[in-house]
Amino acid sequence: MNSLLHLLRQVMNGIGLLFAVIVLNFFMIHLAPGDPVQVIAGEMGGASAEVVAALREKYGLNDSLIHQLMTYLSKVATGDFGYSYYYNEPVLNLIFSRLPATVYLAVTSLILAVVIGTLLGTVSARRPNGLLSQLVTVVSLVGYSAPIFWTGLMLLLLFGSIWPIMPVSGMANVVDQKAGFAYVIDVAHHLILPSVTLAIVFMAQYSRLARVNMIDVLSSDYIRTARAKGLPERTVIGKHALRNTLIPIVTIVGLQFGNLFAGAILVETVFSWPGLGRLVFESILRRDYPTLLAVLFFSALLVMVANIITDFVYRMIDPRIQARVG
Amino acid sequence: MRRKIITMLAAGLIAGLAFGAAHAADRSTVVIGTTQVPRHFNGAVQSGVATAMPSTQIFASPLRYDDNWNPKPYLAKSWDVAPDGLSITLHLVTNAVFHDGKPVTSEDVAFSIMAIKKYHPFQTMLAAVDKVDTPDAYTAIIRLNHPQPSLLLAMSPPLMPILPKHVYGDGQDLRTHPANLKPIGSGPFKLAEYKQGDYVVLEKFDRFFIPGRPKLDKIVYKIVSDPNAAIIGLERGDINILPFVSGIRDIERLEKAPNIFITDKGFAGIGPLNWLAFNTKKKPLDDARVRQAIAYAGNRDAIIKALMGGKATPATGPIAPDSPFYEPKVESYKHDVAKAQKLLDEAGYPKKADGTRFSLTIDYIPGVNEQQRNVAEFLRSQLKRVGIVVEVRAASDFPTWAQRVSSYDFDMTMDAVYNWGDPVIGVDRTYLSSNIRKGVIWSNTQQYSNPKVDKILAAAATETSPEKRKALYSEFQKIVVNDAPIFYINVAPYRNAFDKKLTNLPTTIWGLMSPLDELSWANESKK
Repeated sequence: MNSLLHLLRQVMNGIGLLFAVIVLNFFMIHLAPGDPVQVIAGEMGGASAEVVAALREKYGLNDSLIHQLMTYLSKVATGDFGYSYYYNEPVLNLIFSRLPATVYLAVTSLILAVVIGTLLGTVSARRPNGLLSQLVTVVSLVGYSAPIFWTGLMLLLLFGSIWPIMPVSGMANVVDQKAGFAYVIDVAHHLILPSVTLAIVFMAQYSRLARVNMIDVLSSDYIRTARAKGLPERTVIGKHALRNTLIPIVTIVGLQFGNLFAGAILVETVFSWPGLGRLVFESILRRDYPTLLAVLFFSALLVMVANIITDFVYRMIDPRIQARVG
Repeated sequence: MRRKIITMLAAGLIAGLAFGAAHAADRSTVVIGTTQVPRHFNGAVQSGVATAMPSTQIFASPLRYDDNWNPKPYLAKSWDVAPDGLSITLHLVTNAVFHDGKPVTSEDVAFSIMAIKKYHPFQTMLAAVDKVDTPDAYTAIIRLNHPQPSLLLAMSPPLMPILPKHVYGDGQDLRTHPANLKPIGSGPFKLAEYKQGDYVVLEKFDRFFIPGRPKLDKIVYKIVSDPNAAIIGLERGDINILPFVSGIRDIERLEKAPNIFITDKGFAGIGPLNWLAFNTKKKPLDDARVRQAIAYAGNRDAIIKALMGGKATPATGPIAPDSPFYEPKVESYKHDVAKAQKLLDEAGYPKKADGTRFSLTIDYIPGVNEQQRNVAEFLRSQLKRVGIVVEVRAASDFPTWAQRVSSYDFDMTMDAVYNWGDPVIGVDRTYLSSNIRKGVIWSNTQQYSNPKVDKILAAAATETSPEKRKALYSEFQKIVVNDAPIFYINVAPYRNAFDKKLTNLPTTIWGLMSPLDELSWANESKK
């Protein structure tokens, strides 16, 4: 019951926050110089003054900002996210056509980062001063420091040009389109470089986090007790230590969902991955307000949902939290 | 169990790699890489390269052009221009059908011309058109209010797609018509699939009106957001054609690639110029001598040689060198520091004690560094030598720059403007005093105004004698170069890169913005 109340409270907070996100984003994007008509005219190679005026009128850009915001809010309240100025399509169509690509990329990267990161961290924690541990530290540091787009370009050069075993752009082979299982394999093949690129940064963080926590946990009393009981090392680490090490990692996973999305923008651009990240990037450059606002709205929603889920997973892993709230 | 899964994954990966390799052997498809995402496919309401490339495959037009600016029959098998220049009669082919099987008639031509007149971004293009008569199903007579010789060029594939009236004539706003994304045309290829922001697949239209064409079964436009990835894709053979390559390093790299043919042909129609524009209403740039001095100090030759590796053609005036109206005999502004100093002294801006005269800002279009930012930086150092302190102002993106320039919040700016074939379409707009329109990018943002130029351009727009027209534009070029509202630097070093095994390459004035019905793979049978 208390859990339910807690959830309800979070959802109510979330709705308020989403409203704030819309309003804030609305003003921020309008603060940026230029308007969508200038971009459209630009990509048309110039347009006559009459055409420019007609487009501004059509998109309601001549109205006051408050008027535009009110119109937008009243539409969003009815679930209408508008029509993309640039792409001539309802924004929701655009978003749903791009969403799966980003979900594949983000989820794959996240799993890669958490699993490999935790594994590396755990392994290196067992002998904190050993060679392996030092190696993991160095690799993590490099992975964390290198800008995503640089890592991406290097991987692109290495596996796309020098040793060309990976596709360099897109999500699937367009010329020879696959179906069924072959399509899944094709997408997976295209997914390798982008997801590894995105995972590297986060992998570094998780391995550091796992390492520090593991070292900490391994020196605690209950681990000593477990060892004293004569439990095999595998059970000590796998069952007792790892579970406690995971708590901060799960927290960070939830918190970093937004960062993951931000990273996807760069990765998607380097690898021409047809996801939401690229849509955001293109929409900013084109001042495509409706598209941008809707994508930001849905990403805020996504982050919020991720946080709520994190909160729940957290309780599952650590029963003490449940007890404290309840 | 675990081993089994690993084996399966490995087998899957190998299968995937094998699939990847298989498509390279497909010789009935051409993949064109592009960094540009089209808004939609209707070239009647949307100009620009991103739309024009696929639009010219999907839609046929009344005429097409060869590589010497000669009009050729397309949907119109012949045409007559009335002696008074007040009408043009198009005799249409009788066997053309749209992709939905309905015939292409004069009604469609009339509808399309009036639609383009109403909606196309280049409003000067069909300014003279009054109406289109359709005496029979295959004759269309375009009636004009005054002669407009540029009209023939306006009937080119990228500028005049013939739309089916039965699809687009349903009363909806053409700018947002749903059929813009699901187009029906009568061109050599029809739209098979568009995955928004990812790729466009065009398939051969079996009932295309020219027998035996198109030669290819499929054209795929692959949208590649990263230019580096596009170049790698071309080298690997994932991409067969890469249009509008302009990076100097990329050009040099592709020139050396054994399997690539790279050419500067195919850009005469757009005539892309790279230049430094002055705000002629702002002091001290309101004085032509100051602008001329900057041109003399600017050193065009060094820019082209040092910054562009000699890959760009110099631009000497408002009309691109590939145009039939180009006038080479204009003031060349050959690098001359002494002359620049003298002009500045005469204009009343002597050097002060600290060696400077005045300071100016220079903007540039972000994203095209070699053509824009680097030139701006170079000009800064050049102008310092004559005592002009220049601050280079960066803009975070295109709309930021466009906002500054179109609201006249600039001293000097690098700019890139296309001629679009005929001066009436793409040149006049920069110089006519009637086109000083605040808030409109690529209007006369220099706010240049010379009544004599206005008069000449008006006369040239309606002059039916080609010789007299050329003479008028020649005079126009001399005056404008002398008045120097703009320091012309170079023609953008665009190249189209092709897989060497492709033949019948589109080297016409419109290049890849013309129907690719003849393009094919050499000496290889279809898969």
